[in-house]
Amino acid sequence: MSKKYWETLPQGSVVLEAGNSAKFKTGSWRSMRPKWIEENCIQCMFCWMYCPDMSVKVNAEGKREDFNFDYCKGCGICALECPGKKGNKAIVMEEEGK
Amino acid sequence: MGKIVAVTGNEACAEALKQINPDVCAAYPITPATDLMQRFAGFVSDGKIDTEMVLVESEHSAMSACIGAAAAGGRVATATSSQGLALMWEMLYIAAGTRLPIIMPLVNRALSAPLNIHGDHSDGMGARDTGWIQIYSENAQEAYDNTIQAFRIAEHLDIRLPAMVCLDGFIVSHSIERVEYIDDADVKNFVGKFKAVNPLLDLDNPKSYGPLILTDMYHEYKRAQHEVMTKVPGIALEVAAEFEKMTGRKYGLFETYRLEDAEIAIVVMSSAAGTTKDIIDQYRDKGVKAGLLKPRMFRPFPYVEIADALKHLKAIAVLDRADSFGGYGPLFSEITGSVMSMDTKPPMINKIFGLGGRDYLPNQAEQVLDELVKIAETGKVETIKEYLGVRE
Ligand code: SF4
Ligand code: SF4
Repeated sequence: MSKKYWETLPQGSVVLEAGNSAKFKTGSWRSMRPKWIEENCIQCMFCWMYCPDMSVKVNAEGKREDFNFDYCKGCGICALECPGKKGNKAIVMEEEGK
Repeated sequence: MGKIVAVTGNEACAEALKQINPDVCAAYPITPATDLMQRFAGFVSDGKIDTEMVLVESEHSAMSACIGAAAAGGRVATATSSQGLALMWEMLYIAAGTRLPIIMPLVNRALSAPLNIHGDHSDGMGARDTGWIQIYSENAQEAYDNTIQAFRIAEHLDIRLPAMVCLDGFIVSHSIERVEYIDDADVKNFVGKFKAVNPLLDLDNPKSYGPLILTDMYHEYKRAQHEVMTKVPGIALEVAAEFEKMTGRKYGLFETYRLEDAEIAIVVMSSAAGTTKDIIDQYRDKGVKAGLLKPRMFRPFPYVEIADALKHLKAIAVLDRADSFGGYGPLFSEITGSVMSMDTKPPMINKIFGLGGRDYLPNQAEQVLDELVKIAETGKVETIKEYLGVRE
């Protein structure tokens, strides 16, 4: 006899697959989208440090790359914290889908 | 085999826990369960057992620590009463929902206000829907035997649910009775080695406990939780049969006393059943066909089995040592649930008795039986819910 859906759930709702939150793509929540303006970036890594979703990608050389939009939920913290170059922000928030 | 001792209900439960030697016990004192855990903590301090005893700052913390220890993969026990159980409330649901087989003697006591330290079932009945297995004991022997059996039921791989073993505060917890202890080795052998399921301390297989589950799956988890409860009676009876082989003492989902050929019966739990049996004997001597049914397992509640045992009666009185203000007593509500599955619907009355430790006296049982005799004759119930032994 085939099992009912609720009979297949792990006992006590224990999550048996470690690190599976990577499968949960929070990017779809985004209504505002950060835009990286490379020429204003001083590579200070504030955005990397402040991002609550680890959505700022850093390459093997330790240099900032564009955002990981699978997880970036558009909170705008990175844009707020970004010092930019001489007062010119390296991250600005834009309306999603524009 | 074993030995015969004169001990209190608390002492007997502490002995059972000592014989089982759980990995972890986190507890906070509360009358009348204090003495149980104090004795158990004494066994730990004296080096008789190697349980990790965690002395915490509240019952909420006690149950939280028990949950953590059980999720880590340990065999876990604690004990409490009354306000202590009330303070554990949110953690009780978490223990059950997370399917952690924690064992907890609950020394039944009234709830405030007014403040009262004596025995009634208000605490246990309040935890009815937490998802814990609830087993009620009539005397110290049953409290001891039920504690040992509870480990087997709760830890069964098809069950994995927490269990409360209830005994009446002071009436059983602090009265000295004759109890037969089982040999340490036999208890150990009966309970067996603890099998951890998905332990957090299995570091090679990391996992998470306590996820957020919203509208997409919560409903299914609760459905599964009900299903596992429905498997408890079968397992409890298997465990009881094995227990009987070891000790000669028989346990079921409920006990019946002179019920088979009875015309009227009292349904009552825990220590009051003892007094009631004596009065039933007296009425039997007078030719009144009276009997008793004493539920042992209150959660899950064996509706159909109890209906089968009560269906031939002409009148039933359900005695509740707890109240539901504005409602019927909790046990009465369950028995009406049982009656639903009967073709015949015997007339029923509900008596609230013994709140806050008020003595349940033989004349109260007599009063109930006299009323049942009249109801059986006339088929008429005047008042469904009344209070026994209340000053008027
Ligand atoms: S908007 Fe928020 S989530 Fe997206 S990259 Fe910036 S800090 Fe991270
Ligand atoms: S915070 Fe601004 S300047 Fe600093 S690394 Fe990020 S984008 Fe570049």
